[in-house]
Amino acid sequence: MNFKTFAAFVGPSVFMMLLFIALPLASVLKQSFYVTQPIYETVEVESCSPGFPEQICVTERKSVPKLDEDGKIVEVTTYVGLQSYRNVLELERAWNAVKRDGLMALQSIDFWKALRFTLTFTLITLPLVLGFGLGIALMINNASQAIKGPVIFISLLPFIITPVIGALSINWLFRGDGILTAFIEWYLQRDVSMFAQAWTIEVLIMLYRVWHVAPFAAIVFYAGLQTVNSDALESAVIDGASRWQRMKYVVIPHLMPLIIFISMIHLMDAYRVFEEIVGFSSQGYVISLQWLTYDFLVPDQAGNRSISRASASAMLTMIGIAILLVPLLRRTWQDHKGGH
Amino acid sequence: MFKKLALAGALSVMTTGAWAACAYENTTPLKSLSAGFEAWKAVTDAMAECGNFQASLDQEFREKQPEAFAAKPALYQIGGVANSTMVPLLNAGTIRPLDDLVAKYGQHLKPNQLIKVDGKIYAIAMMVNLQHLMYREDILNDLGIAVPTTYAEMLDAAAKIKEAGVVDYPIGGTFKTGWNLGEEFINNFLGEGGEFFTDGNMPNINNEKGVAALEVMKALTEYMDPEYLVSDSTYVQQQFQQGKIAMANLWASRAAAMDDEAESQVVGKVVMAAAPMGSERPASSLWWDGVVFATNMTDEVAEAAFQVAMEGMDTEMVKANNDAAVWLIDGFEAGRLAQGAYETAQKGAAPYPGSGPMGIMHTVLGNGISDYLTGAKDAATTLADIEAAYITAAKESGLVQ
Repeated sequence: MNFKTFAAFVGPSVFMMLLFIALPLASVLKQSFYVTQPIYETVEVESCSPGFPEQICVTERKSVPKLDEDGKIVEVTTYVGLQSYRNVLELERAWNAVKRDGLMALQSIDFWKALRFTLTFTLITLPLVLGFGLGIALMINNASQAIKGPVIFISLLPFIITPVIGALSINWLFRGDGILTAFIEWYLQRDVSMFAQAWTIEVLIMLYRVWHVAPFAAIVFYAGLQTVNSDALESAVIDGASRWQRMKYVVIPHLMPLIIFISMIHLMDAYRVFEEIVGFSSQGYVISLQWLTYDFLVPDQAGNRSISRASASAMLTMIGIAILLVPLLRRTWQDHKGGH
Repeated sequence: MFKKLALAGALSVMTTGAWAACAYENTTPLKSLSAGFEAWKAVTDAMAECGNFQASLDQEFREKQPEAFAAKPALYQIGGVANSTMVPLLNAGTIRPLDDLVAKYGQHLKPNQLIKVDGKIYAIAMMVNLQHLMYREDILNDLGIAVPTTYAEMLDAAAKIKEAGVVDYPIGGTFKTGWNLGEEFINNFLGEGGEFFTDGNMPNINNEKGVAALEVMKALTEYMDPEYLVSDSTYVQQQFQQGKIAMANLWASRAAAMDDEAESQVVGKVVMAAAPMGSERPASSLWWDGVVFATNMTDEVAEAAFQVAMEGMDTEMVKANNDAAVWLIDGFEAGRLAQGAYETAQKGAAPYPGSGPMGIMHTVLGNGISDYLTGAKDAATTLADIEAAYITAAKESGLVQ
């Protein structure tokens, strides 16, 4: 293909990527180094609101933003360097807490609490998703032709459900005396509260995520299984390889590129865990990095929002994902190099 | 086909022309943006009777209002706000003073309805809402317990109810992490007579009043469903309706649901009383809901908008929707459901102190208190961490230097 044709094909996609990915990223990066705030002045204000039997009037000193002649709030943007990152990471506080009370004390600081859960979540769900995905794929592969269609359809169902809706449904099944909690209570003959401590919520969140994404892994692996060389499998049988040995020495090596692909996608997705936190309303016990960014970004009732910290937190999440992907990318690169 | 179109056209004229119940015939296209609860539905339905009016009832209204009102001309002429959600509009100068309009068209309004800032009227309140005690009269009578008036009495009553084992949990609470939990602390801190800020918007909660507020909250959780950190107003309301709890400090706007025969198994059994007293005031905060009008519209449009709003907030509407809220409007008959709100207010409950710094304080309280309730931190550490989080956020928004 000559360069012109290549450029014509790739151009639109590169343009879109610049417009919708690179530019917003650059703007978030910039915002994380700046703080924009109104200029406040303190004035004495008397305000009256309903009371019984008479109105209640109070006089207090209030901060009121300055307005320009157009009636717009005057805002100033200042360069603050890494201050927003420091505010998110709270390194000094974290270090003091660790020195005083050991590693567990990090749990009392939002970023580190969120990082702890996000990493646990990502690293525990990864092998489970790969394992269940492969299991389902093998099951579909071994199912007889007559029922293959329905089996594929049913095993894909969890993946089709919108994540937040799925999380909410699980929440309702287990919340209070929900159907499944009632069942567990009946089975164990004791009172169970799934949302009254952190670990049960974490287990629910992880189980939900595995249930939700294993079908995606399964369908990719199933596609891969169709291309396994049947000659190699047959010769393995003749050589006396057991089912497990065929799996280990023929099928898995063949699927390796797909396993790496699924791992990368899952690491990126799982590190951004968010829907489950909202769906299970678990903020009191468990928070994730992406939820932290969201929490900075949501305005409170008086309209304040922490855009700079949200930007810093978003950049930190990206850096985290990049670090997690390094081993997998290195492996792909080495395979690529070795192949040529 | 043409016939069908003509018919549809005639029908739509009929619906927009249905201003029979409205004394003011509106010809200016008007729009409103407010929260979506029952009272707003009643008021905006009554406004729509004047014609040419379109209401957006939206639970995310507070995120849209500041931008929509800053547009020129404003995208909505009428806005629905409460103590705290008025702050960003007032700060940006996007809502207009109403003194002239009140003088011209609002002579019937009660002084209590006029929300004044710096002597000027900026909003017309229609209702109040606050958290007060609701209790199961039958249970308290059976066990011979007097109606609790303080938290100490409430905890005593809870202990007796627990011993008798008549309900799953003696107490219910809107302790969901976030806004609800923050509001519970604010109620108790105000009840203790606390002031949230000192000069320069510096936080002032890490003191014996803050600790007292936290300790009361923790003591209450001993008698609650252990999943209290996910329990919001709707959840507590359902616990009441299903006979699972005996007492709770719940919003006045939820009172009518207790007597809703379609949902409730305890119709007529739940009685409304004043919020428990703190050391200085009832542990509650008084909220109002009302209408504001955009700055960015012509005076003619403003006159039309004001008159339509007055029609929506008239005695006729209140008579038709008496139990939907604790109305401030003339014609409201306070029945047994409004008793708790009245008593709490009369005992001197403080208004919710809505302001820019308070918005941040509410958020950091809502996020930070669960660590104390779960036992991860002690009271002083919790309050110190909340103050630190407040200062970080307030510095970023420019409220603290």
